[in-house]
Amino acid sequence: MIDLIASLVPSSIAVHAPILLVLAPMILAPVAALMPNGRIAWLLSILATGTSLVMAIVLLSQVRSIDGGAIISYHIGGWAPPAGIEFRIDALNSMILLLITGIGFLASVFCWPSVVAEIREAKRAMFMAAFLICFMGLCGVASTGDAFNLFVFLELSSLATYVLVALGSSRDRRALPAAINYLLMGTIGASFFVVGVGFLYAVTGTLNMADLAVRLQDVGDNKAVLAGYAFILVGLGIKAAMFPLHQWLPNAYAYSPSFITMFLAATATKVAIYAMVRFLFTVFGLDFTFEGSSLIWILMPMGIAAMIACSFQAAFQTDVRRTLAYSSVAQVGYMLLGISLATTAGVSAGLFHMLNHALMKGALFMAIAGIVLTYKGTSLNDFRGLGRSAPWTMTAFAIAALSLIGVPLTAGFQSKYALVDALFESGWSWAVAVVMFSSLLAVVYMGRILEAAFFRAPINPNKKHKEAPLVILIPLWILALANIWVGVQGGFVSGLANDAAASLFIGGAR
Amino acid sequence: MLEFILERGNYWAIIGLMMIGLYIAFAATNLIKRLVGLGLFQTSIILFYISLSRIDGGTAPILYGADLESGHGDSEGVEAVAEAGHGVADAAHSGAGELVNIYSNPLPHVLMLTAIVVGVATLAVGLAIVVRIREAYGTVESDEVQEMDLSVALAEAVDEVGETQAASGAGAI
Amino acid sequence: MNSDHHVILRVVSKALIPVIALFGFYVQFHGDFGPGGGFQAGVIMAVAIILYSLIFGIAAAMRAITPGFVRGLAALGFLLFAGVGVWALIQGGDYLDYDALLGEEPGGHHGQHLGIMLVELGVLFAVSGSLVSIFYAFAGRVSEIRDEDW
Repeated sequence: MIDLIASLVPSSIAVHAPILLVLAPMILAPVAALMPNGRIAWLLSILATGTSLVMAIVLLSQVRSIDGGAIISYHIGGWAPPAGIEFRIDALNSMILLLITGIGFLASVFCWPSVVAEIREAKRAMFMAAFLICFMGLCGVASTGDAFNLFVFLELSSLATYVLVALGSSRDRRALPAAINYLLMGTIGASFFVVGVGFLYAVTGTLNMADLAVRLQDVGDNKAVLAGYAFILVGLGIKAAMFPLHQWLPNAYAYSPSFITMFLAATATKVAIYAMVRFLFTVFGLDFTFEGSSLIWILMPMGIAAMIACSFQAAFQTDVRRTLAYSSVAQVGYMLLGISLATTAGVSAGLFHMLNHALMKGALFMAIAGIVLTYKGTSLNDFRGLGRSAPWTMTAFAIAALSLIGVPLTAGFQSKYALVDALFESGWSWAVAVVMFSSLLAVVYMGRILEAAFFRAPINPNKKHKEAPLVILIPLWILALANIWVGVQGGFVSGLANDAAASLFIGGAR
Repeated sequence: MLEFILERGNYWAIIGLMMIGLYIAFAATNLIKRLVGLGLFQTSIILFYISLSRIDGGTAPILYGADLESGHGDSEGVEAVAEAGHGVADAAHSGAGELVNIYSNPLPHVLMLTAIVVGVATLAVGLAIVVRIREAYGTVESDEVQEMDLSVALAEAVDEVGETQAASGAGAI
Repeated sequence: MNSDHHVILRVVSKALIPVIALFGFYVQFHGDFGPGGGFQAGVIMAVAIILYSLIFGIAAAMRAITPGFVRGLAALGFLLFAGVGVWALIQGGDYLDYDALLGEEPGGHHGQHLGIMLVELGVLFAVSGSLVSIFYAFAGRVSEIRDEDW
């Protein structure tokens, strides 16, 4: 199917796919901002994300056309790297791009009723424009091959995100402190990243990531490189909500407009993790990262701490969105645990879990957006009896929740199984127990919600059979069924993750 | 020892500014002051990059004199400069000097122009949010805002417990 | 309001604002072949407008240059920048490849010249438009801070 769609795109356009993917939302964002009517802006955002999705599919098919994965390099302005800015797409990039554009497309399709309910009419066009800028920034991070350009795209998406989170204030004023905290933390994170890149530039005199990888190997043992490494790790760790640096996340997710929560939960932290993986494995290289500075003793404990501590915190929340936000931090822990193994199987499991997590959290938050639309509240009490009043919405929610727990035949099971497998392979059987324990905690916190939804009496029975509108239900069920599809027949998605992990271990210095 | 410290004076200054900014951004309770701290932090990074670009005896990176004539064939005004753009980029990258005059490295300056824009945008967004916080809460002190949120959350939690007890009293079906 | 004591300010700034705007254009078009360019020029142009609104009041400035116009200007500038890149794509080059703009032979520099000028113009519009709209957004709010709060 991928090749079919890719073959429909004329080759004169397919050549420019890397830039068109970023360009479509970039150009349509100011156009959307100028629209007097929010509905037109919404249609434009569907057009932009749809174009990006097609381009991502084209890129994926181009990368997979060669055995072992091709590397597509696109030179902006015709300036050859390393002097010019390069867009560089390999198996890992194309996987992340497919994730962002796929979720972004579904998000922009479903968002309209939710936006109408939560955003004032005068602001809707600007809101959609900000969403497109955020989307464009994330796509840019995932496609650029230039370290400083990565920072610029990261900040573009983050700036749009702060605005989008703050716009949740029309529903709950607590969105504002959440947004300013996110802004302070996010900016400090990005600034740390820039300092790190500055150190690398001072040592090597280049900003191109592939070129950096080559030159850093010649540099050898150098204090400035170590300092740069630490700055970059902490900076991206803040953006990725790595365990002790995650304090901005729960409030930002809980109080932003529900459509934005869905989009951010499924993409934003994933992109930061991508950037981290790219720097750890490609730029610094495996030897430097894992033997030179024993990263394994930093990344792994943090992942495990996140899995346990944040799962506990999730179990004690009374607000469903906060529960899921803490669960997101815990799931980031799974990904970091997989990545910290530094074996092909481990990284592949981490990336696989990242894709699956986008599917589950996308579906969960989308269902919550539908619930907010008709029932307003998101506390555990507001969920009582929803399984009976809104069976279609809540069934999809339940499927995604089971997937989050890791029940067999769902996506979550597949990736946790891959993770456990990789842990055994590396001889870390004790970590398997931690994964099991954290999954048990997931049973607790998701079980509370499911119990309230399916086994309690509805709180206001006169509102019975009030489903989310069809425009929400269809993308929601696509995501829910994708969870089952990956769980039953996960070859395609795990293949993506495997290719991506393999491309990292061939060595970035190709 | 003294020489060691003095030679790196710019870096000491940058580290000092950076730490002051970071401390204000974390420790101040006034949100405006926290944004000021953030701005200080970002400015110190700009200084860091700019001091990286300095080369002893280098002038502003605009070709002049011999460099305009040599190496680029025609010295015809604009076209030569456009060509020279490539030349400077190459030179900055390889560090080799086919150029007669010494120029400081232009690349960090360009990068910092972008970083300044990002910083201005961040500050604008941050101040806009602070203005909205002032309107919604009537204060810009983050501890007061936190206190108000906490009391709201506590009230919600009390409601929650009450409702749950009422529900379990009525008997779950 | 008795504005007599502002008379010096008003007279001086009336003389200065055109000069500032003119200097903005100088920086803009000098940016083709020397230091300068759209970013700096945009800031200078925005300064001219902001100075005007400081002296003559935000309402007068908003009448002369409406908030809708500056917002549109910012978006338009951005589109101009991106449009140059897209035009290069249509002409068969890479994105923002100025050499491809006019489809000339290798070694021709008219495309470079045109591309830089258009892109700088886009930057001018975007920077001045967004700076002025940021200023309007803050200054245009009705103040609700009472005097005793200061």
